[in-house]
Amino acid sequence: MSAAFEILLQANFWAAAIRIATPLIFGVLGALICERAGVLNLGIEGIFVAGAMAGWLAVYLGLPLWLGVAVAAATGACLGLLHGCLTVILGLSQHVAGIGITLFATSASYFGYRVAFPTVTTPPRIEPFQPLGLTWLEAVPIVGPALSQQTALTWLAFAAVALTAFVLGKTPLGLAIRAVGDSPASVDAQGLSVARLRMGALAAGSALMAMGGAFLTMSAFNAFFFGMINGRGWVCIALTVFASWRPGKALLGALLFGAFDAYQLRLQTLAGGLVPSQLFLMLPYLLSIAALILVARKADYPRALMKPYIKGER
Amino acid sequence: MNVAGLAAAPVLALRGITKRFGALTANCAVDLTLHRGEIVALLGENGAGKTTLMNILFGHYLADEGEVLVATPEGELKPLPQGSPQAALDAGIGMVHQHFTLAENLTGFENIVLGLEPLLGLAHGRRAMRRTVDALMARTGLCARLDIRVAELGVGERQRIEILKALSRRTRILVLDEPTAVLTPQEAEGLFVALRALAASGLGIVFISHKLDEVLALSQRLVVLRAGRKVADRPTAGADRALIAKLMVGEEVEVERPAPAHPGSIALELMRVSAGSGRTRLIDATLTLRQGEILGIAGVSGNGQSSLAGLVAGLLRPESGTITVLGRQGAASPAERRRDGVGRLAEDRHRDGMVGDMTVSENLVIERRGGMPFSRLGLLRPKAIRAAAQDAIASYDIRCPGPDAPLRLLSGGNIQKLLLARALAGSPHLILASQPTRGLDVGATVSVHRRLREAAGAGAAVLLISEDLDELFALSHRIAVIHGGRLTPAADASGLSTAEIGLAMAGEASSAFGALA
Repeated sequence: MSAAFEILLQANFWAAAIRIATPLIFGVLGALICERAGVLNLGIEGIFVAGAMAGWLAVYLGLPLWLGVAVAAATGACLGLLHGCLTVILGLSQHVAGIGITLFATSASYFGYRVAFPTVTTPPRIEPFQPLGLTWLEAVPIVGPALSQQTALTWLAFAAVALTAFVLGKTPLGLAIRAVGDSPASVDAQGLSVARLRMGALAAGSALMAMGGAFLTMSAFNAFFFGMINGRGWVCIALTVFASWRPGKALLGALLFGAFDAYQLRLQTLAGGLVPSQLFLMLPYLLSIAALILVARKADYPRALMKPYIKGER
Repeated sequence: MNVAGLAAAPVLALRGITKRFGALTANCAVDLTLHRGEIVALLGENGAGKTTLMNILFGHYLADEGEVLVATPEGELKPLPQGSPQAALDAGIGMVHQHFTLAENLTGFENIVLGLEPLLGLAHGRRAMRRTVDALMARTGLCARLDIRVAELGVGERQRIEILKALSRRTRILVLDEPTAVLTPQEAEGLFVALRALAASGLGIVFISHKLDEVLALSQRLVVLRAGRKVADRPTAGADRALIAKLMVGEEVEVERPAPAHPGSIALELMRVSAGSGRTRLIDATLTLRQGEILGIAGVSGNGQSSLAGLVAGLLRPESGTITVLGRQGAASPAERRRDGVGRLAEDRHRDGMVGDMTVSENLVIERRGGMPFSRLGLLRPKAIRAAAQDAIASYDIRCPGPDAPLRLLSGGNIQKLLLARALAGSPHLILASQPTRGLDVGATVSVHRRLREAAGAGAAVLLISEDLDELFALSHRIAVIHGGRLTPAADASGLSTAEIGLAMAGEASSAFGALA
């Protein structure tokens, strides 16, 4: 048992937790922005895939890494706007449109991959983001070395948390986004455009989701694999509720999930052949369901979430 | 009024406004002029086109014909670009909608500044805006707590925020759509004082209302719409209730008063019952209601009425005390209550009373679907259902495209007539009527009242829960007041005045009802 506890003291464990959490931070922030504006974006899973594919391919074709991230973000924003055309402009069901976006973006990414590499069996590699190696941080016990191993994208994710919290909480734009998710009529009555606000939130949120995907192919790994997103998008949707739509809590939730996941990987090696490894794989998901039950039962959903706004309709 | 010199200056002119929705003409060549410092009451039944007209003014709808002219600050009338709320706001038009347009997750102040500051930028002008709003509150007497979330405020305070919101943009024209529908008489009186002060300072006000007394007390000019056309435009002075009602309906309206009661055996008895939770909890309530009697429960919504209604309908169980409904003691399920002979009109008819996407006939028989005549051997009998629906449509004068139309397409008044037909089917012994005419026009209200009175005359007990004092006095034999979950003893309606009930509704002790329990 003490071995199971000692894991928590290893810098490597925390480094892995943060690494696993990074794409989730991007994803939860993105989902949170969309939902705060009143649109559920179930396209998230597919947008992850598309971001992972587009960013990686751009770099493979010769663009610098940061431009690759920008390509991924732009891809995500386009998919977000497509979701917006369906749900905000046409007022279609946000569930159905979102699942459609996921299916479309996933298949389009796989198709693009096959068109670009019709014959390769092992995916071509790129030179990914490198750990920043911030030596001045290493003096801090456990957390210091864990943080210094991270790449620039992780720090970008942390910055995105702060920026989202600031914009939502402290600026007129954030005020309008929070209002449009609660009462689009109030926004309309004040002469602001419900559609523009929601489209903007979808574009920004989806861009963040795609950057989460890009982190996987451009930092955590160095290539694009089929099935590599593996439900991360859906986890983000659950974490958004867990976070009560607050950026700070979103960071916390993502880190918790990352820690569970990293922990189960290490437990697998500890427990050896005693317990089937699939049980450990389930652990983070089970724990996130448990956390949802505890935290989110009284969740204060944005009141207009999933309700299309059609002007002049009662 | 000292605005004679300014009265010549119009601030708003609607000219020849026509708006069609498919085959329906909602507005037909309507003219309306509003002057500086004037309060104009816009009257009409539901569906007469009042709200459509105001939505055209505010840019929510595009008019098919006609134009909207608004005075510039220099006093020159200029056409307003249509279909743009932003243009209407910029021209100085403020609108207080019947259904508040407040984001509940924001504070009152945040709701006010929403859209006032440039969207892309920092919130650095807030302190100055706050001073402006505070000054506005002091000037108009419209006070509200601005720093807590709107979700935690009551309706009166929400409405004051809504008006402050409309006024904080150099507004010169203020439109209020049924502003007093949810206020106590005292709150409404406070609102009128503020509106008069605003008008005296030069604001032009359009006041939409169903309540004739308010219109007479507040406005200087009356504009009446009927079926989309303007049928009257006259000074308020010299008009009375009967005249206005006649103009709105197009025919004489009988003045309502309760028929004499012939109380029979006890239909409903509550002995020190507590039930429900939170703000709508009912505490220690005692009341008796006999067959053939109408008992009015007066009170502002959210003071425990929903718990009382829930108890009688079988949706809530009493926590303490005893309840006896039609001889059955204690709690029962809604189905048992209905079988015992309780007919119900839900307070929120759209949420609890109907299935909007189902047809008129399906909604009518939904409670009696099992068994003859509407089903046999587990199969519905469409012919019997249609026949019952056609019967109800004819005898209750429900205006609808037909028994197969989705219920949500009907107007509020016609929906309520259908729900009344359902509640009264099978001659219930106890009728629970929660806010039975909320949002209904004069014609529909008269018809609902007549039905309830007839039912009582035929021996049914009626528990009338309402916040409309006119309605309570028109129907009730006895009236009790509910405030903060506590129910006063019932008093004979003929010995009560509006002011006494109003005070009790606001929670002030009133000797008319004896001491509060």
